[in-house]
Amino acid sequence: MTKTIIKVEKLSRVFTVGSEKVYALKGISFDITEGEFVSIMGTSGSGKSTLLNILGCLDKPTSGEYHIDDISIKDLSRDELSTIRNRKIGFVFQSYNLLPRTSAIENVELPLLYNGEISSNERRERAMYALEQVGLSERMHHTPNQLSGGQQQRVAIARALVNDPVLLLADEATGNLDTRTSYEIMTLFQELNQKGKTIAFVTHETDIAKFTGRTIMLRDGNIIKDELIQTQSAKNALAELPKQEDY
Amino acid sequence: MKFINLIKIAWKALLRNKTRALLTMLGIIIGIGSVIALVSIGQSSSLNINKEISAMGTNNITVMRRSQRQGGVNIGSGNVQSLKEKDVEAIKYGTPYISLVSPVVNASVQIVYGAQNWQGSIRGVNEEYLEINKFEIGLGTNFTEEDVQNSAKVCLIGTTVQENIFPNGENPLGQVIRLGKIPMKIVGVLESKGQNQMGMDQDDVVLAPYTTVQKRILAITYLHSISASAISEEATDQAVEDIENIIRKTHKIQPGAVDDFEVRTQKQMLEMMDSVMSVLTILLSAVAAISLLVGGIGIMNIMYVTVTERTREIGLRMAVGAKNSDILKQFLVESIILSIFGGVIGIIFGVLLAYAATYFLAWPFVVSVATMGVSFLVCAAIGVFFGWYPARKAANLDPINALRYE
Repeated sequence: MTKTIIKVEKLSRVFTVGSEKVYALKGISFDITEGEFVSIMGTSGSGKSTLLNILGCLDKPTSGEYHIDDISIKDLSRDELSTIRNRKIGFVFQSYNLLPRTSAIENVELPLLYNGEISSNERRERAMYALEQVGLSERMHHTPNQLSGGQQQRVAIARALVNDPVLLLADEATGNLDTRTSYEIMTLFQELNQKGKTIAFVTHETDIAKFTGRTIMLRDGNIIKDELIQTQSAKNALAELPKQEDY
Repeated sequence: MKFINLIKIAWKALLRNKTRALLTMLGIIIGIGSVIALVSIGQSSSLNINKEISAMGTNNITVMRRSQRQGGVNIGSGNVQSLKEKDVEAIKYGTPYISLVSPVVNASVQIVYGAQNWQGSIRGVNEEYLEINKFEIGLGTNFTEEDVQNSAKVCLIGTTVQENIFPNGENPLGQVIRLGKIPMKIVGVLESKGQNQMGMDQDDVVLAPYTTVQKRILAITYLHSISASAISEEATDQAVEDIENIIRKTHKIQPGAVDDFEVRTQKQMLEMMDSVMSVLTILLSAVAAISLLVGGIGIMNIMYVTVTERTREIGLRMAVGAKNSDILKQFLVESIILSIFGGVIGIIFGVLLAYAATYFLAWPFVVSVATMGVSFLVCAAIGVFFGWYPARKAANLDPINALRYE
């Protein structure tokens, strides 16, 4: 029996804009079990960003339940949410969000700096291991401006992996990359998923969603589709791309 | 988050903008530097005044004439002729707290020797005057009590006078110089005393028996002032009181009437100069402190800019697990580093400035560790105070908005 990592029940989120109430999420429910690779899809305004914020413990639901790794976040304080983010979640953003003029290894170490239980030696070791997993061991002393977009996103993925989270949360992680590099990043995500990582991948591109194992489709705050899909291999897709032309 | 990590992060962030950090610190450097320099120079100055005045004798007492009204007309102190020899006698025998006393009359004369001449002042005194005012004989001897009784035409000259009328280095002893129309024999040369605390040359002087100056030069019978020495510094106040009573008696001043004389002590002079200097020091330090305040506002301004600039970084740090307090501490540490570094550089700069100033003024150099300590604490306080609001702004950012901030 596989473990349920994410449990969402009748989740709703209401924003008050002036005197009007905007229902961003209208009581949705779903579970994500360990080892799943889920894409969360929807157009802008569908509520996927709101869902992402709540899944990432950056925001709290107005009503309904959200459990991550069997912890209900409903009654947690801001500081406790910080700790959950620090220990349970790894974020990958569209625009990488690396610290400028800071080496790759130091960027990867960042989440561990906020974990007082980890010594500086362990921090360095785990950061090196995370960079190894994304294939950037050679470049750990390079700063972001010395790295390509794809490499920067790999550093960001290493940063998300370094605290060994129960959930990798990617927000349009391929949005700033060209097709080839996107496929490379998706190959990496698939590899991580095969090693057992649970991944929630927010995107609006069906082209990218096809590399995942399950799609949750949102529209106007409701789930309109939640189905398992035939996972396509990103590695094969990469091989099928026309050879890069040299200019 | 460990404290050492906070310092490392803040340090790196500051190094990313070296020029900006330096310019921000400049306000603090100038503020602290000028406070330290001014306080230190003020202290040097009062130490210097003390040194000079005690060189003149802190038990030194001067009785001066005071302006009087005669029938509603203020005749000024210059015309008051009330101080007489009998006052000197009365002081000499009337109080046990006075050890030495000398009459003083002053005259301005042309001093002539051969082809050389010099506009100088002659002071008529008795043989005790040298001891009262801490003059030493460099060459020759003092004139005697007999010389005073006989209105002898003898004098002592200061080194400035010597240099000007004997420019070729002749031996002045035994030479006869003319003071106005009166020829006088030089019996001694005074040791140089340099300038007094008012910047006056104390060596530009000729001392002669007061009787000689009264009768032969000025043709007056009164005295300009009386110079006296109390038996000790502690006895000065008692001596002053006695002198006042004695002179009131000899001048027949009714109780409640205004005195026609005034008794001043070096101690009073010392206190007066000291208070003037300390007021000046406080005023200037206040101006410097204002520049410190401006420096603090500079830090606050830059910290606000930094927080805005690094909104995304703050969002990211929060997303990966930084608590509000971690962010608050990070920015506070940054502003404290700025202010403390500025302070330390300012202290060094201020001490050097004070050292240079006192070196050129030939004053004793003092630097108070207490002032430095207080300045250091003030810097740390400025860092906390002016860093607090920007840091709190950073800590209160919403991570969702901060992450998407453009």
